[in-house]
Amino acid sequence: MANLMGSIPDEADPLEIPALCEGAMAALRSFPAKPEHQTALGFPGELVENWQEKAIEKMGDLLTKYRSLKVYMDACVKCGACTDKCHYFLGTGDPKNMPVARQNLMRKVYRRYFTFTGKHLPWLVGAEDFSKEVLDDWYTYFHQCSQCRRCSVYCPFGIDTAEISMAAREIMDSIGQGQKYSNEIIGKVFKIGNNLGLPPKAMRSTLDDVEEDLKTETGLDIRLPLDEEGADIMLVTPSADLFAEPHIQGLMGYAKVFHQAGVKWTLSSYASEAANFAMFIGSYDNMREVALRIRKAAEDLKVRRLVFGECGHAWRVAYSFLNTLAGPFDFLDQNHPVPQHICEFTHDLMQEGKLRFDKSKNDAYRLTFHDSCNVARASRMDPTPGGQFEIPRAILRATCNHYFDMAPDTIKEATLCCGGGGGLLTDDLMDLRMKGASPRMRAMQEVTREHGVTHLAAICAICKAQFTKVLPAYGYRANGILSVHQMVSNAIVLDGSIQQRELNGEGAAAIETAVAAS
Amino acid sequence: MGYMFNGAEAEHDEEGYLTDLGQWTPELALLIAQAENLEMTDERWEVVNFLRDYYEEYQVAPAIRVLTKALSKSMGPEKGNSEYLYELFPYGPAKQACKIAGLPKPTGCI
Repeated sequence: MANLMGSIPDEADPLEIPALCEGAMAALRSFPAKPEHQTALGFPGELVENWQEKAIEKMGDLLTKYRSLKVYMDACVKCGACTDKCHYFLGTGDPKNMPVARQNLMRKVYRRYFTFTGKHLPWLVGAEDFSKEVLDDWYTYFHQCSQCRRCSVYCPFGIDTAEISMAAREIMDSIGQGQKYSNEIIGKVFKIGNNLGLPPKAMRSTLDDVEEDLKTETGLDIRLPLDEEGADIMLVTPSADLFAEPHIQGLMGYAKVFHQAGVKWTLSSYASEAANFAMFIGSYDNMREVALRIRKAAEDLKVRRLVFGECGHAWRVAYSFLNTLAGPFDFLDQNHPVPQHICEFTHDLMQEGKLRFDKSKNDAYRLTFHDSCNVARASRMDPTPGGQFEIPRAILRATCNHYFDMAPDTIKEATLCCGGGGGLLTDDLMDLRMKGASPRMRAMQEVTREHGVTHLAAICAICKAQFTKVLPAYGYRANGILSVHQMVSNAIVLDGSIQQRELNGEGAAAIETAVAAS
Repeated sequence: MGYMFNGAEAEHDEEGYLTDLGQWTPELALLIAQAENLEMTDERWEVVNFLRDYYEEYQVAPAIRVLTKALSKSMGPEKGNSEYLYELFPYGPAKQACKIAGLPKPTGCI
């Protein structure tokens, strides 16, 4: 257990129901957006004077536009199946973090203004005026939902709290009550092209650096092209892949796979962000504008295929909405999935026998996999149902000798959120993030006790960043979180590489001479 | 909100990042570090200075990997890794060191 910082204590069941603690998280409010963050997205800078009237009008508009929202408002019978399914409820004990209670923040307003009984006999159906107090509750608790949709799996009617929380945020944005984290970031995408604000020059410099490292490591000229017209594939990946750890190790993995496949690929500086944060705030217009950047870049660079890097929410938008938002993509090669996930791309090559792995290179890891919520419950990886669960696992099993799944009720479609998704990966919500991560962490501790698991792999930039912060609190190292393509990168044996010669039993001196000559 | 400095106030946001990057001086960095409970050792200065130089050229903070590589060259390979950076800046090298260096907070999935 050399990879652990301390011993793993005997913890409670990951899904144990906590004692109720009313108001536990009432004081935690995410920083509000500044006027300039709001106006950049077409929202009022601050709370408008007639906010109540405007909010109700907006709600009416959304109820007409999204029939699902109306069904969700009407369908709940208070059966209680969802109450213990939210990781934020499990982690905080705050009853307002029960999915039904979160939904009810909107439902009570809906009933007051949009149903007959609520209009005339509000006390009979729990209908309430949209008061400032209710609005404050909305802001607090709709920013304590990571829109992970775990509750919707257990709801007999399939009521999707994520969609309700997106609608609530859209209503709040429309009256000038937005959240700083999401809105500032969306503004950066419009201005610079990505969440981090990396200009093309910085991107190129980082890519040069990575190319240099890959040359040292493999002895090969593995390219990471940027804005190269006429490439076969445009890779759209979270900007964190060019910035943070372990994200960038994943990027190195993608580059190696593309190299081995012999395809021409490129990144785009214009569409340098896969994540579409406009989904978090339920803003169709902003979501479309972010998605259109991808279309424009693909057309400008004249690529034939679109591949997405490891990013959970990006994949939901790409898989489920991209065609509606920015399609049709009839100018791309229809012989391949449009778009395709990098895991599908790698997995296809594995099936074709084109990738060779030296699994022993990952022997330092005893590994488990965290299913990221938006990949698990809001998308698929084709061609078979459940591909989004099996394909990443197949890659990990092919690249690592020691792989162990966490408990069945905490993975795949029942996966627990990392605690930082849906626009909550911000320092001002750290308390909530730590508490919301506890069910996932306790599930990991179980496999640590049973199988000595030391590391966790994921295919989402948010999950990776979140676990870097969370893992140390549970006795693991901060770098106990890995990219799936980091495992690929470690194990892959590229044609003509130092690793291949090593495997073929060539002596160190011969390898050095060969590298010097290349 | 601001850091009181030389009888004037250097404004910062809710999290302590300077709102006007032009106001940064090494003396102000000491004050920000103090608010973070960090003593500005030579190693920490090395990181802060690298961040400022990089920002001047690229208008953004460097990738962690770029930073660790630079430190590996200047301070030796044993210090060129992210764990060492976390030792220097426990609240995350990207965020805490940027704050002290007077750079904007990096945002996104990090």
